[in-house]
Amino acid sequence: MTKHQIPNTKYQTLNTSHPLIELINVDIFYGSMQVLFSISLRVFQGELICLLGGNASGKSSTLKTILGICKPSKGRVLLNGQDTGKLKTRDVISKGVSIVPENRRIFPHMTVLENLEMGAYLRNDREEIRKDMENIFDLFPILRERSLKQGITLSGGEQQMLAMGRALLSRPSLLLMDEPSMGLSPRLVDQQFEIIQKVNSMGTAVLMVEQNASMALSIADRGYVLQTGSVVIEGNAEELINDPMMQEAYLGGGDGDV
Amino acid sequence: MDIILQELPQQLVNGLTLGGIYALIAIGYSMVYGVLSMLNFAHGEVYMIGGFTGWWVLHYFSTQNVPFMHASLVITVTILVVMLCCGMLGILIERVAYRPLRGAPRMNLLLSALGVSIFLQNLVLTLQGAKVKVFHISHLIPESVRTFEIGGVVFSFMRLLVIAISFGMMLILSYVIKQTRAGKAMRATAQDIEAAEFMGIDVDRIVMLVFFVGSALGGAAGILVSLLFTQVDYYVGFQAGLKGFTAAVLGGIGNIKGAMLGGILLGLTEALAVSVFPSAYKDVVAFTILIIVLIFRPWGLVGEKLPEKV
Ligand SMILES: Nc1ncnc2c1ncn2[C@@H]1O[C@H](COP(=O)(O)OP(=O)(O)OP(=O)(O)O)[C@@H](O)[C@H]1O
Ligand SMILES: [Mg+2]
Repeated sequence: MTKHQIPNTKYQTLNTSHPLIELINVDIFYGSMQVLFSISLRVFQGELICLLGGNASGKSSTLKTILGICKPSKGRVLLNGQDTGKLKTRDVISKGVSIVPENRRIFPHMTVLENLEMGAYLRNDREEIRKDMENIFDLFPILRERSLKQGITLSGGEQQMLAMGRALLSRPSLLLMDEPSMGLSPRLVDQQFEIIQKVNSMGTAVLMVEQNASMALSIADRGYVLQTGSVVIEGNAEELINDPMMQEAYLGGGDGDV
Repeated sequence: MDIILQELPQQLVNGLTLGGIYALIAIGYSMVYGVLSMLNFAHGEVYMIGGFTGWWVLHYFSTQNVPFMHASLVITVTILVVMLCCGMLGILIERVAYRPLRGAPRMNLLLSALGVSIFLQNLVLTLQGAKVKVFHISHLIPESVRTFEIGGVVFSFMRLLVIAISFGMMLILSYVIKQTRAGKAMRATAQDIEAAEFMGIDVDRIVMLVFFVGSALGGAAGILVSLLFTQVDYYVGFQAGLKGFTAAVLGGIGNIKGAMLGGILLGLTEALAVSVFPSAYKDVVAFTILIIVLIFRPWGLVGEKLPEKV
């Protein structure tokens, strides 16, 4: 497969500083099975980037690599220009990365409040945490109402909000989102994407994994497409939408699903 | 029937004594199961080693020229030293026998736990011999307070002490788990270890902490029982482990509150059964309960019925 690259001038010329996160030719193995093949990817401050691809193409593994859970056997991961090879996950998180995991993964038998506290686990500025929590409750009023309820009692949409609030409580400069639309009704998906845009417009860079390519590209600045562990297409969102190969493989069939 | 009623207060005390002990052991099983989804069969040996460690600490106090200490202080120090040693032993067991197998099939972990159990039992047998170790503690607790009578009922001081200490420890643990940062991190790790890692929780450290706390409580149970019956043997871990395991399953394995409840219930049931049936049936009770629970309510009394442990 030939790599299909669309030049991206906007952000590379706009940002003279380091990318927030940069993967350079990263290989990832689980045991003896290779799942990422020489991946290169960068996210600059304030960007909204989507990472597309079919099942088992390595999207979640890419996010785990950024978090330092998967360590590259080849290549480098730079966070603000600093190699994360020797960093533990908690160091990566304290340096401003957080994740809304696939399937939300809220703690089922902890209250909404406790779930949010876990998001602030590495912080110790109590007063500021309290203020941030108020902001989260303003952003998601339903969470305030449910604050003493166990996570497992929330509906899917509420759990997604909780997972998002929890991730925001670490005050990330880069928010990773793994399939935020999964299992949500169309109305909730719209709401979710609005919130992602809102968070992004307040200055948080977002790297969003999605199977719903057209939805994701409609709000993203740039996109990358993974196929069996390799980046096969990358470029600006509008260019990806109009790209013939994208049209055929990921946007065809009308509904935009891969 | 009259006899049974007359004995009721005493059987209640006996039941709560046993129950407190079973609960302390069960907590360790459940905590470890919570974070690693494995049955730590070496837990019973940690209990046994708690008894032996306590014997040595008391031996040290009585033979070395330790400046006079009040009996309550001696007992407190003994229990604390035992808990510290057993806690460290728990950490060592996890580090050496379980961590290298993280991610391996569960059967491997189980076999490793059995191996540790056999190793520890034989280690103590080799070092201490097969002869029972007797605790000489009559000087610590004077004859006059060893039993006392309230309204015609005779109570044993040691039993009440065991109840007070074990229930006190459970209260402290409940508070730690519910309110403190480390306690919340433990709960989060038990509920979803990967999500906990996503929060920046150092799950390796939490697993160590879980082994420390669980083993310290198991060791405390060991020394408390040894003090109560003034003796310890190298083989007592197996039986105690089975009782603790039964209590943990009864409450709902993985659930700390359940372990406490299961332990107390098992202790009470055993004590009451002894007043009805011949005491030889005491252990039959525990295993009957275990089998009934496993058949009809395998998630236990308060455990959550989750389709798959996430
Ligand atoms: N912990 C793991 N151990 C072993 N193999 C894994 C592990 N996690 C993922 N894999 C494998 O790695 C490959 C990529 O998985 P990954 O979860 O990154 O894909 P994905 O693009 O997120 O897929 P999906 O759309 O299903 O979420 C898959 O073949 C998967 O089976
Ligand atoms: Mg995935």
